[in-house]
Amino acid sequence: MLSTLHSPRSLSRFPLHLTSSVKPRAASASSASSLSDYPPPPLPAAQSPGGAPASQILTVRRSLLSGSVTATQLAESYLSRLRLTEPQLNSFIHVSDSVLKSAQEIDDKIAKGGGEALGPLAGVMVGVKDNICTADMPSTGGSRILENYRPPFDATAVKRLKEKGGIVVGKTNLDEFGMGSTTEGSGFQVTANPWDLGRVPGGSSGGSASAVSARQCVVSLGSDTGGSVRQPASFCGVVGLKPTYGRVSRFGLMAYASSLDVIGCLGTSVADVGIFLNAISGHDKFDATSSKQSLFTSINLLESKPLSGLKVGLIRETLDDGVDSGVKSAINAAVLHMQELGCIVNEVSLPSFSLGLPAYYILASSESSSNLSRYDGVRYGKQTVSDELNALYANSRASGFGPEVKMRILMGTYALSAGYYDAYYKRAQQVRTLIRESFKTALETNDILISPAAPSVAYKMGMLVVSYYS
Amino acid sequence: MASTLFRNVIQAQPLFLNSSALLRRKNGVLYCTMKSTSHSHTQTATEEKQQQKSPQKIKVPPQKQMKEVSKIGADYEAVIGIETHVQLSTLTKAFCSCPYSYGAQPNTCICPVCMGLPGALPVLNSKVIECAVKLALALNCRLSFSSKFDRKQYFYPDLPKGYQISQFDIPIATGGSIDLDLPLEFGGGHRRFGITRIHMEEDAGKLMHSGNGSYSQMSNHPSQVDLNRAGVPLLEIVSEPDMRTGIEASEYAAELQRVVRYLGVSNGNMQEGSLRCDVNVSVRPIGQAEFGTKVEIKNLNSFSAINRAIDFEISRQVNLHSQGQQDSIVQETRLWEEGAQKTVTMRKKEGLADYRYFPEPDLPEVVLTKAYMDSVGKSLPELPEAKRRRYEEMGLSMQDVLFLANDIAVADFFDATIQKGADVKLAANWIMGDIAAYLKNEKLSINDIKLVPHELAELIASIKSGTISGKIGKEILFELLAKGGTVKGLIEEKDLVQITDLVDIEKMVDKVIAENPKQLEQYRSGKTKLQGYFAGQVMKASKGKANPGILNKVLVEKLNAKV
Repeated sequence: MLSTLHSPRSLSRFPLHLTSSVKPRAASASSASSLSDYPPPPLPAAQSPGGAPASQILTVRRSLLSGSVTATQLAESYLSRLRLTEPQLNSFIHVSDSVLKSAQEIDDKIAKGGGEALGPLAGVMVGVKDNICTADMPSTGGSRILENYRPPFDATAVKRLKEKGGIVVGKTNLDEFGMGSTTEGSGFQVTANPWDLGRVPGGSSGGSASAVSARQCVVSLGSDTGGSVRQPASFCGVVGLKPTYGRVSRFGLMAYASSLDVIGCLGTSVADVGIFLNAISGHDKFDATSSKQSLFTSINLLESKPLSGLKVGLIRETLDDGVDSGVKSAINAAVLHMQELGCIVNEVSLPSFSLGLPAYYILASSESSSNLSRYDGVRYGKQTVSDELNALYANSRASGFGPEVKMRILMGTYALSAGYYDAYYKRAQQVRTLIRESFKTALETNDILISPAAPSVAYKMGMLVVSYYS
Repeated sequence: MASTLFRNVIQAQPLFLNSSALLRRKNGVLYCTMKSTSHSHTQTATEEKQQQKSPQKIKVPPQKQMKEVSKIGADYEAVIGIETHVQLSTLTKAFCSCPYSYGAQPNTCICPVCMGLPGALPVLNSKVIECAVKLALALNCRLSFSSKFDRKQYFYPDLPKGYQISQFDIPIATGGSIDLDLPLEFGGGHRRFGITRIHMEEDAGKLMHSGNGSYSQMSNHPSQVDLNRAGVPLLEIVSEPDMRTGIEASEYAAELQRVVRYLGVSNGNMQEGSLRCDVNVSVRPIGQAEFGTKVEIKNLNSFSAINRAIDFEISRQVNLHSQGQQDSIVQETRLWEEGAQKTVTMRKKEGLADYRYFPEPDLPEVVLTKAYMDSVGKSLPELPEAKRRRYEEMGLSMQDVLFLANDIAVADFFDATIQKGADVKLAANWIMGDIAAYLKNEKLSINDIKLVPHELAELIASIKSGTISGKIGKEILFELLAKGGTVKGLIEEKDLVQITDLVDIEKMVDKVIAENPKQLEQYRSGKTKLQGYFAGQVMKASKGKANPGILNKVLVEKLNAKV
């Protein structure tokens, strides 16, 4: 699902000219605390004929191959922008110290005439959500219980993006283990929304969304269990893609709710997330739930009416009361835009839609109560010295986990307990099946379904006590 | 490098996964009390922690035990069910590609998956399914076309993920049976016991307690975790409560061992923990329909321990019953103490543990096709029960049948020998007699010897045809066992062909008689025992090759000949 795109008005904050000397225009929406005074993004994207932002990934590639810029120069400019903006944003928990080395390797390859053999992500600066394992950097999942933990392996998605030339710029902040929708639930720091530093970037992939939005990197990896890519993308005005379950290997993604977890992509254009997804997806022998279905191979964005005749279903229940009027009008504008492009848009009703959230909460909490059992202080991670075993477990987990995580573990443990299993877990699974069936039915008459990614724009920090997404 | 535990447990430094040593966690003094843990330990599904204790063997004559049990038999009946864990001998673990070898240095057979590192995912080794299907078919079970894995959740340091991947409500196989023949010294007889279910699961690691290895004292020694065994595939086989005596139970376990060895799915070694039995015992007055209170017994490291522990437990419970104290039989887990030859309380049942099972979301369901089941079915070897019935039909005694079918290697050797045309009974005698004795002395398995079935058949034929004597045959046998070669070759090389020519033997007899005039005189004056002396002399002169029948006949004639 694509996140809702912000209105063109707010996108205009980012200059769309190639000349880097031009200062970004201050968007009318930006406040005094916005980042408009910082240097422009290293690689402003050109606008494509249709008005959509063009692919930064392709721009990077063209620039490298033409010799107009080196990977090192690109990396340096991203790093300097990152350093300047990071004190306000706190998008990153860890910034890699080998970015320039990786960039130099790409430059060496180009210098030796190997330019054409460069991978599709060569020189592309990538932020990686910190619940995705990276061998040469800490991977904490945003939790104190994994402070300073360094995995011995790269997640498959990270391995693949590296193989294709991508450069991991650092590990982005998140709600602890992906549980939250503001990134305020991180065990380490609070990330700000680049558009308004007083607001949250959304979550749980808030750091990844914020980093892309502020052009601290070109694209980023997030993870989405119940909206954690889509909602922060919406809040930060970037494109967030939550692929089908199994499209991207989960190997190396710290499990929150295994049957729902998906690694997704964030970028500044649909083309970028498409290219990025293509690079990281595909079957993985280390993930038995990864899909063996073949992938789309080409994205033609230049055709004038690529969507002609496409049947689009607008999910009525997602525009009910409780959805901000601004969100509704953005969706209506999107509908009009799609119709201009030749889509046939119809409203569809999914009566089971409202059951999704309660079912999600039960299932995700249940699975998380199990998935987080391994953080016991025995083999790795935070260990609190104790005299006996039960105290070791209790103290390590009590001091290592934050309140939201503890609440979900408790809820999940309860839902799976003898005597409650049928009423909660089993029933939620039945609801899940109902919802899946209703989506299937709706997709028989529609090619795609659309809805807002979130019912509102970004919240002010500290506003959201109860989390609705993760 | 995931050793650790409790206070000082080591932090795994996952970058060096193959460090061969147990490391301690840097920060702390580690001491731990196992006392506090022995309780939670109860929850490990596949424990065998106390097994190293008291290895000394105590022999109790089976007859004596039988009498005790039969006394009981008049008024009470025992009901016994067994849960068996069989460790599969797949090349790699159940959910990762780590090899496992028993006795390897701690934490050298581990990877992110079996260490339960963040982000690691299980991927099922398809050999585990193959083993499960083989065993299920061998035990006449119904296979599930679609089964699934579940998570069994509990905290224990040897369980890296905080849950064990197992199968809960839909196991891969249900409803089978196993056939066996009781040994003659226990009265013999054929039995069939029901199999409730077979399911696949993974093993846990092991705790290693330094110091004196005892559980229950405060010690300054750290406990550490060895995760080599974590993730090793197991099949759990649950029997119906069909057994009534210790010997039935231990023979059930022995038959299960034979079956897994025949199938090649496990080495079935109880000492290494590759075959672990937990037995449930209850006693009820004869005629009562409902079961009595059941007691679980652990720490059974041998078949005889199973036998003796159960018979002890039955006596204990029957005594309580007959004294009107059946209420003091409580649901509990008891430990078999080999040294004291008794069961003692390990822990009282703390209510049903809630393992919060739910379907394992990381693994797709296990789907079996009819074609796959059929192809595995066709690949099964002849199983012990079928072999025993076949041997029985060949006319072998039950003693022979049980001996030969006990070990698949021996049975294969025997089958190959008779396939070469050897006489069935003679082949059995050679294998059970001299060959078995040789194997025992040399501590070898039948696969280690140089003798091949073809040559044993040849040897038997050569004796039967009179080419060589039985005595020479034995000599040749030992030569073949140790050095190999062929019967024909050895006979020629050593010139061992039996002398059956009457004239040749008469010549030798004449010579010996001529050389022993004194003995001849004594013989003829009535000391006929000396015939043996003469026979020995002739045999010596023939280098053992003279046909004993002809020799004796000629000798008697000559000795008694009128001068």
